[in-house]
Amino acid sequence: MLLIDCPYCGPRSEIEFRCGGESHVQRPGPHDAASDEQWADYLFYRHNPKGEHRERWLHMAGCGQWFNVARDTVTHKITAIYRMGETIDAGAGS
Amino acid sequence: MSGWRTDSGLVVDRSKPINFEWAGRRYQGFVGDTLASALIANGVSIIGRSFKYHRPRGLIAAGLEEPNGIVQLERGSHTLPNIKATQVELYEGLVAGPVNARPSAEFDLLAINSLFKRFIPAAFYYKTFFWPNWHAFEPSIRNAAGLGVAPAEPDPDCYEHRFAHVDVLVIGSGAAGLAAAEAAAAAPGNERVMLVEADCEFGGGLLASADELEGSAPMAWRDAALARLRALPNVELLNRTMAFGFYDHNLVALAERLSDHLPPHQRKGPRQRLWKVRAGKVILATGAFERPIPFAGNDLPGVMLASAAQVYARRYGAVPGQRIVVCTNNDSAYAAARALHAAGCASVAIVDSRVSPGAPALAAAECGIRVVQGAVPIAARGRRMVKGLDIAALDGRHRQRLSCDAILMSDGWNPAVHLHSQSGGSLDYDDALQAFLPATAVQNAVNVGAAAGIFDLTAAIAMARDVARGTAVRYPAPAPVGPTRRFADGDPKAASAWLDFQNDVTVGDVQLAARENFRSVEHLKRYTTLGMASDQGKTSNISGIQTLSALLGKAAPAIGTTRFRPPFDPVTIGAFAGRATGEDLSPLSETPSHAAQLALDAVMEPYGRWSRAAFFPRPGEDEHRAVAREVMAVRQAAGLFDASTLGKIEVKGPDAAEFLQRMYVGGIRTLKIGQCRYGLMLSEHGVVYDDGVIARIGECHYLVGTTSGHASAIAESFHEWLQCEWPHLRVAVENVTTAWAVVNIAGPRARDVLAALGSDIDLSSEAFAHMQIRVGAIGGVPARVQRVSYSGELSYEVAVPWRYGASLWEELMRAGKPHGITPFGVEAMMVMRLEKGFLHVGSDTDGTTYPQDLGFGAAIAKKPDDFVGRRSIVRPDGLRPDRRQLVGLEVIDGAGPLAVGAHVLPGEAVEARGTQGWVTSSAQSPTLGRPVALALVERGGERMGEAVRIWDLGTWRAAKIADVRFYDPSGERLHA
Amino acid sequence: MTRTYSALSLLREGFNAQQGWQPAWRDAEPKSHYDAIVIGGGGHGLATAYYLAKNHGITNVALIERGWIGGGNTGRNTTIIRSNYFFPETANFFEFSVKLYEGLSKALNYNIMFSQRGMWTLAHDRHGLEMLRRSANAMLLNGIDAELHDGAMVRKLIPGLNENPRFPILGGLNQPRGGSARHDAVAWGYARAASALGVDIIQNCEVHDFIVENGHVRGVVTSHGAIRSDTVGMAVAGHSSVVAAKAGVRLPIQSFALQAFVSEPVKPCLDTVVLSPATGTYLSQSDKGELVLGAGLDLYLSYAQRGNIPWMERAAAGVVELFPAFSRLRFLRQWAGICDVVHDSTPIISKTDLGGFYVNCGWGTGGFKAIPAGGWCLAHAMATGEAHPLARGFGLDRFRTGALIDEASASGIAH
Repeated sequence: MLLIDCPYCGPRSEIEFRCGGESHVQRPGPHDAASDEQWADYLFYRHNPKGEHRERWLHMAGCGQWFNVARDTVTHKITAIYRMGETIDAGAGS
Repeated sequence: MSGWRTDSGLVVDRSKPINFEWAGRRYQGFVGDTLASALIANGVSIIGRSFKYHRPRGLIAAGLEEPNGIVQLERGSHTLPNIKATQVELYEGLVAGPVNARPSAEFDLLAINSLFKRFIPAAFYYKTFFWPNWHAFEPSIRNAAGLGVAPAEPDPDCYEHRFAHVDVLVIGSGAAGLAAAEAAAAAPGNERVMLVEADCEFGGGLLASADELEGSAPMAWRDAALARLRALPNVELLNRTMAFGFYDHNLVALAERLSDHLPPHQRKGPRQRLWKVRAGKVILATGAFERPIPFAGNDLPGVMLASAAQVYARRYGAVPGQRIVVCTNNDSAYAAARALHAAGCASVAIVDSRVSPGAPALAAAECGIRVVQGAVPIAARGRRMVKGLDIAALDGRHRQRLSCDAILMSDGWNPAVHLHSQSGGSLDYDDALQAFLPATAVQNAVNVGAAAGIFDLTAAIAMARDVARGTAVRYPAPAPVGPTRRFADGDPKAASAWLDFQNDVTVGDVQLAARENFRSVEHLKRYTTLGMASDQGKTSNISGIQTLSALLGKAAPAIGTTRFRPPFDPVTIGAFAGRATGEDLSPLSETPSHAAQLALDAVMEPYGRWSRAAFFPRPGEDEHRAVAREVMAVRQAAGLFDASTLGKIEVKGPDAAEFLQRMYVGGIRTLKIGQCRYGLMLSEHGVVYDDGVIARIGECHYLVGTTSGHASAIAESFHEWLQCEWPHLRVAVENVTTAWAVVNIAGPRARDVLAALGSDIDLSSEAFAHMQIRVGAIGGVPARVQRVSYSGELSYEVAVPWRYGASLWEELMRAGKPHGITPFGVEAMMVMRLEKGFLHVGSDTDGTTYPQDLGFGAAIAKKPDDFVGRRSIVRPDGLRPDRRQLVGLEVIDGAGPLAVGAHVLPGEAVEARGTQGWVTSSAQSPTLGRPVALALVERGGERMGEAVRIWDLGTWRAAKIADVRFYDPSGERLHA
Repeated sequence: MTRTYSALSLLREGFNAQQGWQPAWRDAEPKSHYDAIVIGGGGHGLATAYYLAKNHGITNVALIERGWIGGGNTGRNTTIIRSNYFFPETANFFEFSVKLYEGLSKALNYNIMFSQRGMWTLAHDRHGLEMLRRSANAMLLNGIDAELHDGAMVRKLIPGLNENPRFPILGGLNQPRGGSARHDAVAWGYARAASALGVDIIQNCEVHDFIVENGHVRGVVTSHGAIRSDTVGMAVAGHSSVVAAKAGVRLPIQSFALQAFVSEPVKPCLDTVVLSPATGTYLSQSDKGELVLGAGLDLYLSYAQRGNIPWMERAAAGVVELFPAFSRLRFLRQWAGICDVVHDSTPIISKTDLGGFYVNCGWGTGGFKAIPAGGWCLAHAMATGEAHPLARGFGLDRFRTGALIDEASASGIAH
């Protein structure tokens, strides 16, 4: 069970959160300019790395805020946590 | 019947006898006994039968690694299958018996399997049972398999969960664990230290040790250490608490047994407690498990681990025999020999595979214990119990027979690396110890003492203290173990040398597996079932790997070890469930008028998370008639419906309109204050997700209505879009579903009823039209009133603060009495909206329904802006002409309503093949006096009037495709 | 030497101290070139290799497995086999798989213990019951066995169900031919049969890279060196996107851990497979006596095959809700498998943008039941270059066109 350090509330157990999948996915637009391929890319294709993954989490049973997490998908080690709108360098946490 | 009771026993209280029943016979034990020790002391040597061959089995261990002593404990609702006798604390009146033995462990009919043993080796079942098929054989195999019997009655006990957050968690209370806990408690910054012990007694190996420790007798050392720990304010001690799982981010799960040690009638409160402990640092002082020696006949009752015999003798004063032979390849078994010698056994001999005697051998010889060096056990003699042991030199020469009634074995020790491995830590094979040792840790966890391969108590204590203080020290490598005799491939005796005692896996089976190319350790395990029994291979896994290693001439580390899985020892399912049982599994919410509706004989049913009135039957009415009456009452007079469960989300801010414009299919930006508009919401995948009414209350203030089931999810998705995609939009969102109770008053008399309550809102049709919202007071209570209708009649949804919900309901019932007001439930509402052809998302739509399938195509074409899901619905699949579209169905065969879930086939269909869609809603319309239905049908929109065949579970019906608006298609009634 | 398995051969080897049994499959060293390479020694990969040889006469095949065969999801699932699907595309495919399973023990001369004791899906509310009826009709119209029963009948047919449940049991949909099988045996049976037909099974061989020339695959670079072939199939569920990325192929897949559990073995107490949609719990009792339980996915990416607590609690609560007497049984073992999750939970059996490279992936939580058909169809695609008629809807193109086959959403049953 992961321990996630909510940037607003502090460390809490996994069960208080919901993972929203990969962060920094760009929504194509305007809608009438996006091709089927671009739209499929946005809806379905993710990096799904075996290693560090940037993903967004919601502190559902807490502050209700979304934020970003860099987490290793093999060890589950969390290497960085940063707020929406912020960015970090690749591998910054490790 | 060779076991007996000495007159000592460190932890057994001889002044307190306990009566218990085993396999239908009465015995006596003492306070402090386990069922296992009491059985040994009473001379019960056959305690069960093996899984496959039903061979007689005696106890071989004293702890949770015991593979043989599996019992059925208690009867009736308190019964527990598969409990290890070594883990059962004896209590007055305890009743237990063997499992998987009929009629008894002493005489078991299925022991006939043993005669056929040579024909049913490991994995034989993959090679036969082809004709006629597996089903012909399976029932008898199923009946023969399994161990104990599952309870047949609901569990009378309850369970609970607790969280703990500690700086240091110490697992295991042997010398190393006690020392670690004390040092950790003294280290600065450690505000909470927890020490857990699976046994009822703290002390681990000290409970059976005779060796002085830091100048004290072992029990005195333990008692002093415990006393100091108990005096510390920052230390919590938990006995009967097993750490069974090491999960991510230093979360350790514990199972605490609260009342299992008491007679059933004395048990109070929760039976077990599941702890989830988040620890800053975990110190694993989990000890080690002794390895049995593979030799022919090593499964005979009377063959036991040396350490187990030592525990039985010293801790419980229970001795498995009189004439003892101890076989070993290391020094630890000498302590067992000394313990049995001291207990007064008639003779004790040691067979040591090492050629040259060490100090313990010389000391043993001085006590009069015979020591044979450079010899190993070859074959145990006896049929149902040990009568003797053949030993020989490693090369097989100098064979001799020793007469004995108990054989103790020690093939070295395996550190209990289970939790370390679960945590993700790696293992290294130590050639000297012939064991896997913990190597690198992935989480903040450290192994100490025997768990780290440090068996010398003084060194273990020093190590534990260093680790707890955070200082790293190197420790001298332990002495290597001596050789173990391995079987040559094809040695016929290999088939009678057991590795996994419970699952009946022998050295011969491992050889067979290797011969058939099941040479990876996982293949070995799965093919032979080695290590997959209820002891999870604690006494067999490593021996199996070593056997394979010797056979293949491949180093053990190259063969590897199987991954250790939680739980370390089985844990009660109910303990995991905790309080999440019965109603508490998923508590139902009730609306404020719940009691008032019950008083009106409402039939309450769960709809999602809500308990809602399905219908309000009058005496003698079934559901159908009650619903029909309720519908007609609404159509002709007035009805009252509790709509509090409908989702209500406030959306405020300068960009609220822009935001909702992006969330809903229709246009919201043009909505005027005081107006309502129907809104359809899609997922980003284009699928119809929800619908509801959006009302504009103020300049920057909207009230979004959602279906009852989706309120939280939609509020959450609003937040997600706003925080993650459009952070620049200035919008605040709040789910106020349970802040406002809502009563829907519907029917031609609705206005009169509402007016009777008194309101500052002008209710006239001119001032307050259909699809408008007014904020004011009703009956003196602040209210939001929306003139919206799902029933198709004149209808108001009156929202008042939640606390006024019950009184509003009751006031309206009273005020409506002269107007013939009738309470109606969800089912009547569903019939009315179906008569109107109003969509019910989730019934009339599914995960493939796009808005154009519901007739929203034209509206979308007119909206220039993007909205969630818009791009998805114009992918090629969304433009297919043969999509399923929502249509009405009229029955044309004169029979009753169609079944929801029936399928629609072409009118010319003769064969039950090739569905074109399905019925999504259906009812007998009380208003129209005929059945009505909605269906999703391929190209339905262009097939108006076409006859179709309806197929349902083998029956055919006839219908024709029709407009969805069966009742009042022009909507005059709701504009009244 | 004993090659054929039968009661007679067991008798003979019983008198022969088991000395005559031959390796179930040959461990091969890779040759430099093959007519086809299958990456992944799980059920799907082994079945693919077998059907390449059996159905298409392509026997010069290398099957490459990074670890040990059957060690991925094939060896860590809840062994359920069923075809209670809604849409014709999926129903026909999975029904074909069930039919292959029904003949598999004899076809492979390996008892995979397919135990057809029924697969029940319960309904807990009115809507659930309607959805079950829709599914039952869809199954029957697709030629699949289905029985719809009311709550009283469900209780009669599944003794021990909660008399007083939080989620009422209003009915149930049974597929009598559904059931479970011995998962390892499926892998071993296919391996043995494929090996006998000449397939080289190469264990402990990891694919590092793909050899690509002019947009066409020409082989793979492995820990055992380069192995060349113009036809490469991949069946590595759980790691599909990782391996495909080495070929430069992207897949619409995310990897999640699925938790599963077994209890200690007890005497027969549950004679069928039961799925409760309300709690997401499904359980059955193995022939060995263990209750086998599946739970849901941990909904964050994971390649760690480790257990986790939350689903263990939910699954336990689900068991107790269904069968209150099982509360006193104990969990013996917990593990996790890594699932390829695609949006519509429908598999991908498809060619890719890389010529000669075919994929079999996206099985979600239910790949075991599809092993025979999955292997059959991937072998067909590799041998002919064309999608098998049963797998035509399972292409990658559907993610562009939106022609998803969304079983879970349409039928309301978790797939």
